[in-house]
Amino acid sequence: MPVKQLFAKAVAPRSPGVVTEKLRIPSLLTGVLAIAVATAAGLLLGPADIDRTNVLKELLDRVPLISVDSGLSAIQKNIIWEVRLPRVALGALVGGTLALSGASYQAVFRNPLADPYLLGAAAGAGLGATVAIVTGSGDGVGTFDLVPLLAFVGALAAVALTYLLGYSSGTQRSPAALLLAGVAVASFLTAVQTFIQQQNVETIRQVYSWILGRLNTASWDEVSLLAPYAFASAVLILVCRRILDVMRLGDFEASSLGIRPQLVRLVVICAASLGTAAAVAVSGLIAFVGIIVPHTVRLLIGASNRVVLPLSILFGAAFLVFVDLLGRSLASPAEIPIGVITAFCGAPFFVIVLRSSKRTLG
Amino acid sequence: MNLLVANGLGVRIEDVPILSDVSLSVKAGEWVSIVGPNGAGKTTLLSVMAGLRRASGSMSIQGRDLSEMTPRERARLLAYVPQHPEIPPGMTVNGYVLLGRTPHLSFLGMEGSHDFYLVEQVLEQFDLSSLGHRTLESLSGGELQRCHLARAIAQATPIVFLDEPTTALDLGHQQQALDRIRLLREEHRVTVVMTMHDLTLASQYSDRIILMAKGQIAAEGKPEEVLDPTRLSELYGAQVKVLKVDGHLVVVPSVSKENS
Repeated sequence: MPVKQLFAKAVAPRSPGVVTEKLRIPSLLTGVLAIAVATAAGLLLGPADIDRTNVLKELLDRVPLISVDSGLSAIQKNIIWEVRLPRVALGALVGGTLALSGASYQAVFRNPLADPYLLGAAAGAGLGATVAIVTGSGDGVGTFDLVPLLAFVGALAAVALTYLLGYSSGTQRSPAALLLAGVAVASFLTAVQTFIQQQNVETIRQVYSWILGRLNTASWDEVSLLAPYAFASAVLILVCRRILDVMRLGDFEASSLGIRPQLVRLVVICAASLGTAAAVAVSGLIAFVGIIVPHTVRLLIGASNRVVLPLSILFGAAFLVFVDLLGRSLASPAEIPIGVITAFCGAPFFVIVLRSSKRTLG
Repeated sequence: MNLLVANGLGVRIEDVPILSDVSLSVKAGEWVSIVGPNGAGKTTLLSVMAGLRRASGSMSIQGRDLSEMTPRERARLLAYVPQHPEIPPGMTVNGYVLLGRTPHLSFLGMEGSHDFYLVEQVLEQFDLSSLGHRTLESLSGGELQRCHLARAIAQATPIVFLDEPTTALDLGHQQQALDRIRLLREEHRVTVVMTMHDLTLASQYSDRIILMAKGQIAAEGKPEEVLDPTRLSELYGAQVKVLKVDGHLVVVPSVSKENS
């Protein structure tokens, strides 16, 4: 065709004239630095009074080819490697996963209020965890505890139910039908969960503690439980980052550009829900991260999903590690539930960003 | 040679016929305008012909049935600019025009140097190079319209569908937009199918006009054959005159004496 002939000539090195939004080194380094600072703070600070220089020596000692005597006791070493580090690692994994899930839900639904729990994952997980707790199948601690397993199953089952209801509604398979199905499923499952909870008042404290979210029971078991799901979810979503920018045009225009919007939505919802369900299973319900982190990235750096998705992982991870540190430090030795501190710190910070940014939200 | 052939296209919404048994063909390199009063089915016909809306009947491009094509194959053949395209918040002009390259990339693929170079050329053609870093929401109506057209041209398809491309533009920008489409059509030999409300502009720029009414084709042919004042008055429910000024048709409303 003549059109092809004309464009066939257009083979040349990339021109610096067309610069698009993409992940740039300074933003990436800032994200990595934020995680590094958060990790360092998470390892150095805590209720146990351990000399920070010795902690640094202990860390150095684990670097291959370096041998340093940290002077820490076996208990202190245990606190660093078996309490603080898994807690930091779990916080980073949960934070990164929830922020990425939120960003991807916002992208596929083109809805700035979408969060990882939009399609009923929180309610499903809540019901699963409540059933496990009231039946005495677990208390949320340990490898073979049924709370994370039932929470995981509950979250995935709720999202699957929402998806089936939303796409069998006959309203031309619109994203709005899916959102409304999510509201219906979440309300129903929350009602069931509340009923079960009310019938078993003796476990109400445990259930409430789970619902507010926690990282205080973090262990390497939980880290290894979450890591494969978080990794798979992140890879699947990140490979869709360019397509998710096309989805910003809406289903009709995305279709006109050769995209199958429903297929993209299904893939991204599956990936994000898998990550969310695994995160919720090990940490309970931690609200706000999935909304605040992606929007902060949009306001400060850019709206393209090529930027928002990878940076949400980095800043989500750093944010939750910092917030957890505050939660365990502010009222030490007692702990403030992480869900409380997330909203308490996140909301004012977000308002400041919202007011000071000249960018618009996608 | 016919590039597009539609046979017996029909669309019903809640048992109301929106399109009924519409058959038409478009030749390669032709500029066809679909006109008609509000609710005539112009936009529905355009979206059905573009494969973006389900309909009864059949539609083929270059002899291939549209329903047998994958969305990506279809998007490599025809670009579609809706009447009110989405303006994603925070999206830059560069990023927006680059989206036109989507059908030429695999699902997981990223744009290469060829795509960037091509987009740069298109931006230049549309005088958008200096606006590349601006966000879409910061542009004027005329600049935005250029962005929409630029994205469609970056798609590098032999056919471009335009739904009311001059809506919300002032007289000058209407003319500039259509002149630009004419230039692109001549340079790239693109086939253009567009819906229009302005009968004068449609007659001056198109090779052929399809006049729609109540979901059916009421008349089609060269502008001077279709734009008959009696027919237009009847279909639009308005008194109109069709004049010839400097060899061009001009359709003007004429106020009846009883009303004046």
